[in-house]
Amino acid sequence: MKRRDFVGLTGLATGALFVPSIPGFGNGTSVDTLRLLDAADDPAIKKRLADAALNAAKAAGATYTDVRIGRYLNQGVFTREKQVQNIVSTESYGAGIRVIANGTWGFASTNIVTEAGMAKAAQLAVAIAKANSVVQKEKVQLAPQKGFGEVSWKAPIQQNAFTVPIKDKVDLLLNANAKALENGASFVNSVLFQVNEQKYFASTDGSYIDQDIHRIWPTFGVTAIDRASGKFRSRQALSAPMGLGYEYLIPKAADKIAGPAGSDVFGYRNSYDMLEDIVRATKQVKEKLTAKSVVPGKYDLVLDPHHLGLTIHESVGHPLELDRVLGYEANYAGTSFATLEWKAKGTPYGSKQVNIVADKLQPGSLGAVGYDDEGVKTKEWDLIKEGKLVDYQKIRDQAHIVGQKESDGCCYSQSWQDVQFQRMANISLKPSPTKMSVDDLVKGVDKGIYIAGNGSFSIDQQRYNSQFGGQVFYAIDKGKITGMLEDVAYQTNTLEFWNSCAGSCDASDYRFAGFFNDGKGQPSQSSAVSHGSSTTRFNGVNVINTARKI
Amino acid sequence: MAILSQDEAQAILKKVISFSTADECEVTLNGETGGNVRSARNSISTSGAVDNVSLVVESRFGKRSGVATCNEFDDATLRRCVQRAEEIARLAPESPEYMPLLGPQQYSAAPQAFAKSTAGITPDYRAQQVGASMKICDEKKLSSAAFLNDEAGFVAKRNSKGLEAYQQITNLEFSITVRTPDGTGSGYATADYNDSSKFDAAALTRTAADKAAMSRNAKALEPGKYTVILEPAALVANSDASLLQALMGALDARNADEGRSFLSKKGGGNKKGEKLFDERVTIYSDPTMPEVATLTFSGDGRPQKKTTWIEKGVVKNLYTSRFWAQKAGIPDLPRPSGWVMEGGTQSLQDMIKGTAKGILVTRLWYIRPVDPQTLLYTGLTRDGTFYIENGKIKHPVKNFRFNESPIIMLNNLEAIGKPVRVGGNLVPPLKIRDFTFTSLSDAV
Repeated sequence: MKRRDFVGLTGLATGALFVPSIPGFGNGTSVDTLRLLDAADDPAIKKRLADAALNAAKAAGATYTDVRIGRYLNQGVFTREKQVQNIVSTESYGAGIRVIANGTWGFASTNIVTEAGMAKAAQLAVAIAKANSVVQKEKVQLAPQKGFGEVSWKAPIQQNAFTVPIKDKVDLLLNANAKALENGASFVNSVLFQVNEQKYFASTDGSYIDQDIHRIWPTFGVTAIDRASGKFRSRQALSAPMGLGYEYLIPKAADKIAGPAGSDVFGYRNSYDMLEDIVRATKQVKEKLTAKSVVPGKYDLVLDPHHLGLTIHESVGHPLELDRVLGYEANYAGTSFATLEWKAKGTPYGSKQVNIVADKLQPGSLGAVGYDDEGVKTKEWDLIKEGKLVDYQKIRDQAHIVGQKESDGCCYSQSWQDVQFQRMANISLKPSPTKMSVDDLVKGVDKGIYIAGNGSFSIDQQRYNSQFGGQVFYAIDKGKITGMLEDVAYQTNTLEFWNSCAGSCDASDYRFAGFFNDGKGQPSQSSAVSHGSSTTRFNGVNVINTARKI
Repeated sequence: MAILSQDEAQAILKKVISFSTADECEVTLNGETGGNVRSARNSISTSGAVDNVSLVVESRFGKRSGVATCNEFDDATLRRCVQRAEEIARLAPESPEYMPLLGPQQYSAAPQAFAKSTAGITPDYRAQQVGASMKICDEKKLSSAAFLNDEAGFVAKRNSKGLEAYQQITNLEFSITVRTPDGTGSGYATADYNDSSKFDAAALTRTAADKAAMSRNAKALEPGKYTVILEPAALVANSDASLLQALMGALDARNADEGRSFLSKKGGGNKKGEKLFDERVTIYSDPTMPEVATLTFSGDGRPQKKTTWIEKGVVKNLYTSRFWAQKAGIPDLPRPSGWVMEGGTQSLQDMIKGTAKGILVTRLWYIRPVDPQTLLYTGLTRDGTFYIENGKIKHPVKNFRFNESPIIMLNNLEAIGKPVRVGGNLVPPLKIRDFTFTSLSDAV
């Protein structure tokens, strides 16, 4: 075991084995919940501290410097059945300083956020840059970025989740667990994660940017066991992690979206009804114990947004990250089939119905910020237009490689103590511009499977071959849902899959899937990202049966 | 101040406990210093340094527990930290799974867990090693991406019941992926050590470079069931899920007893004592073993002792929390830090020589659970997959997706080679028959 893993298992994380994978939880200092409500430091103070680092780096020989002073607040409430397993509140505060010296990046961080501490870290960053420049071949080329002066951005949330008493959160989770147990669940876990990033960015370009970002993720897992046969199944929540406050947990009827008739699936848009979802999950998980095992073969798949978001993430989001395309992630996450040469050939990525955009703007999404972690104002841009690849995701030191004069604004670091780098923006499939309901979409399917919720997922290091499971599966026969299936996974090739796209529902069905923990980089960093889509049909996809005898 | 001596650490911990007014108090100090360098396209991309000591205080009143931490060590800060833990404990709900803190424990010594060489690594050493690696790839006109990470740390624990623990530990890990400029070949090598004097970036780079060159122009084979030789890095990964870690991660007694594990029995109970694998499968943990020395105590202070988990194919022990051990009346064994799969004496080359037809797999990737009932996992081969015929590597083959369970895999065992260290474990290469490849991948 690595020592860092060990730390995650000591006192701080007693009973909370979920915790280490959440950004900030492993590094933060455990604090009283009331501490989470303390106001962020005055921007004027942070400006003075940042200037100390900017000046020290310049004096040491840096030609560019950026400073991120970050306060990262996290809270997790963990329960199983009738008990609270753990309540963890953490705070992590410090500064990361990134410099260019001798044309080479250097980075250092410190939790001593004083003028002297900042200056010392800045000098260390310059020293590291100079040491590495000896074996450096390609000098860093930064896309120009104008300074914005002193500006701020706040996520448009309605209720900071940290203002809600812990008791209310515990009551919600234990109520949800009670509903699952009443309805026959064997076991249930429920969790509520909440994050607040208070980030201050300053750079030698003349920007001083103060931002306040919030995220929330309620989730659960319900397990049903048939002791006689020894069979067990689980169903996870159909909530999405969101860039919202506690208002996400106040259900509104308008945010509830029905799946196809006969499926008993409901999705959620900007608010989530945990109590309703857990009752439905319990019913479905019991049904999964006796559902028909799928006959492998080709099926038309109808994929709900909660499920499709993960497929978009893996087969569009990652292969179109320019650092992967260029080989910077070759030793870990991998590279990409969608090289610059491949793009130049103009081979269709998908069918004409496939229009995919990247953005860091959509309200309520996990990616939404005013400015990225290298001081670039965020935007929306096209990646795939009518099936054709038109662009990648890139940051300031990559823009020149594709002849672009500006960054796309998708640079991110998980904390003050990690260096920022290119991370996935929200990547979303545009809904159909013409009216299309989920029932109309299913109506045209002769032999198919409707899949809701994301499940098992795996894709190769160049993003060709993938395999996806789900939470619930329903057979479609001659345009109608006919019953639940089990043991379903589909295996596909990215280009075949997107070229088999036969259309989506309209905007009334559009909603986000989200991920708190997209991993990338060495040492690995987590990033949170949303993927919007409406229910979409894919024709003739290869479905396998995953049941085995042991 | 990242690496405190035993006396320095225990002096701080004693002082912290003297400030406690709680029924029980346990304090832990963690320190870490180290650094990393990352390269891509034969050039350094990012680098970083870590230097931190933190104190964790857990205070308990009855069955209520509170935790607070700090990373400054003056008396006022320490007092505040203890007070905060006590305030949080008073407000916490009672834990139905409360267990009293452990009293004094006996821990084994594992002197090889810490190496001065690793603790003394400088930025220049990192640049030199990675520079040597990049030079080889430049000369061979290959493109490399690599990651070097080293850390030295210590853990010290003490509690109000008299438990006292201290250990230092070091680790260095290096991994490299080498690709041909035309993108048709890719090779990989990885290694990790307590003692950095064993580390040679150039040697590992040559292995990855050879595999990259050898893997060009791969031929497609039909997916299906094949005899495979899985190299140790295909069985355990440093930075991803893996088939053998998945198996070891499933040896949890509570999940088995609760009916949600492959070890659960129909009608109730678990399969401890049953023969579930080929009789040549023996897996144990021993934190004092010099090759894979690690911490000799667990996070909650329980001693990590030599423990046999699977012996001659029979599940001998399951790990458990202290609460579940007491409730179920079973041995109180913590989850091991690392483990050893017993192997044979054959080298990888010997195993290839003894194979009439098969596939050599360097590495498996993006391994994810498909069905926890059968421990079915999916993933893909990567960075060097070769067809073996009549004892020789015949040609590279295109990568496959597999759908396989480690349980089935360890029943289809043909041969076991000599173990090597991967991710702090000792893992032998395995020859497996009827390994299930379900589709082809174009990825290189």
